[in-house]
Amino acid sequence: MIKKLVAPILAIFVIASLAGGSSSEELVVFCAASLTGAFGEMGQIYEDENGVDVMLNFDGTQAIRTQVEQGAIADVFISANKKHMDALMAEGFMDNDTVSIFTENRMVVIVPADNPADIQSFSDLAEPGVMIITGVKDAPFGSYTLQVLDKLANDSTYGPKYREAVMSNVISQETSVSHLVSKIALGEADAGFAYQSDISPELSEQVSKVEIPDQYSVVAEYPLGRLKESENPDQAARFIEFVRSTEGRAVLEKYGFQPV
Amino acid sequence: MVSSQFERRFGWRRIKEEGISGVRRRALKVGLALLLVLAAAFIALPVASLFIKSASGMAFQSLRDPVVTDALTLSLFTATITVVIVIILGTPLSYLNARFDYPGKEIADSLIELPVIMPPMVGGIALLMAFGRMGVLGQHLHAGGVNIAFTTVAVVVAQVFVSMPFYLRQARISFEDVDLVFENAARTLGASRTRVFFTVTLPIATNGLISGAIMAFARALGEFGATIMFAGNFQGRTQTMPLAIYTAMQGDLKISLCLALILVAFSFAIIALVKILTRRMYKNDVRN
Repeated sequence: MIKKLVAPILAIFVIASLAGGSSSEELVVFCAASLTGAFGEMGQIYEDENGVDVMLNFDGTQAIRTQVEQGAIADVFISANKKHMDALMAEGFMDNDTVSIFTENRMVVIVPADNPADIQSFSDLAEPGVMIITGVKDAPFGSYTLQVLDKLANDSTYGPKYREAVMSNVISQETSVSHLVSKIALGEADAGFAYQSDISPELSEQVSKVEIPDQYSVVAEYPLGRLKESENPDQAARFIEFVRSTEGRAVLEKYGFQPV
Repeated sequence: MVSSQFERRFGWRRIKEEGISGVRRRALKVGLALLLVLAAAFIALPVASLFIKSASGMAFQSLRDPVVTDALTLSLFTATITVVIVIILGTPLSYLNARFDYPGKEIADSLIELPVIMPPMVGGIALLMAFGRMGVLGQHLHAGGVNIAFTTVAVVVAQVFVSMPFYLRQARISFEDVDLVFENAARTLGASRTRVFFTVTLPIATNGLISGAIMAFARALGEFGATIMFAGNFQGRTQTMPLAIYTAMQGDLKISLCLALILVAFSFAIIALVKILTRRMYKNDVRN
């Protein structure tokens, strides 16, 4: 019985190790969740042009930062705010010379296409019973949201009471902006604080946006850079170059980012 | 003389006498013992590491952190309500399944077991599609002013969904194990069906039911995927211990470790309790 099983099990191991070993070059990119659409396409183009396997790991920046701090090996790290990148640089995980801000993004309020709570302006968010989703404070989009609300609270038109009213309407704090967007797209909540870039071409039928006026808006800055532990430093540098090239910028713009 | 003592001590002689089959049996025993040690170490090491890492990080200072206390209170509160609901609904249901046949029983049985093998995330999406405010049933509830998703009620719904099968399975087995002889004797003595159930069947099955309820409680306490999908993540309202562990893992690792330790301690106590109860159940059987 056991002997009969040994051969197939061995065969599986052999095949698995062969499959694992037959790698063309591989590039591991840890990427902020808000870049899911843009870097899905970016990675595909880079793969096709360079014959490199681009492995993308998308999650909230705070989540992928934790993964790096706990020993995950990657080549490129892309953060949705400076705070997490600065921390990784200070802790010695990054090749600090390679780190730079490559794009900006804007915060907007997104609502389901049929706008069930009839959100037309900012004051509507404070109406009792409006169901709002935000992010946990460690997630970049969560902390940008807090900054926007702080600006509103400091403005005499809205004031601290407004911020309180909005906060008490929050029904969930998501750990990644993609979770927030899909819940809004499903119509399960009335409004959410997200990025302009989250209204991707595929989602434009399901969600619409309410702009945040310039004086209350926050510009999100996205740094990227190479990790010290990178097993493929040349390829990582080339990928970063590609992201900053005209071709890369075009992809970012298509998804609603403002490359710098 | 010395050599024969040596032989006796190390069993060489016995092997010679018992021949090849004895050697094989011993090798097998040693192999199995080794396997056991490996398996035990595989589970013990990560658990021990939780304690080792948190001792150096002073994780227990986080015990008073509001994130920790809120999550702990919410988890205990929701899991307790879940178990009460599971017992009230599950006990008659599993008695029915243990004692009676009805059309479609096979299908009902499979359906009941489905949440056990279904990934909890899938359960969460399914619950959202059903009870979310745009959901199949949820849109009518919403029209009537009732919202379930993203509330503490949703946490309980998710927990009942995933933990119910654990109770149903155990309760059914416990009822099936009650010998019909006792029930029939009581019936011939003139007791009604209801009376027989409460005075004969239920007392004999109690230990099994309790261990089923404890398993359901444990499953509810550990529930993550369905909850974060269906109930969202909000401190004090829907952020149970597993959700707080997940969230804090991305911010304050100390809080994460502290909650993880509490959950490990709970889980260990729960398993021990179930073991003690089932052993007692077995002893009762033997005595009977």
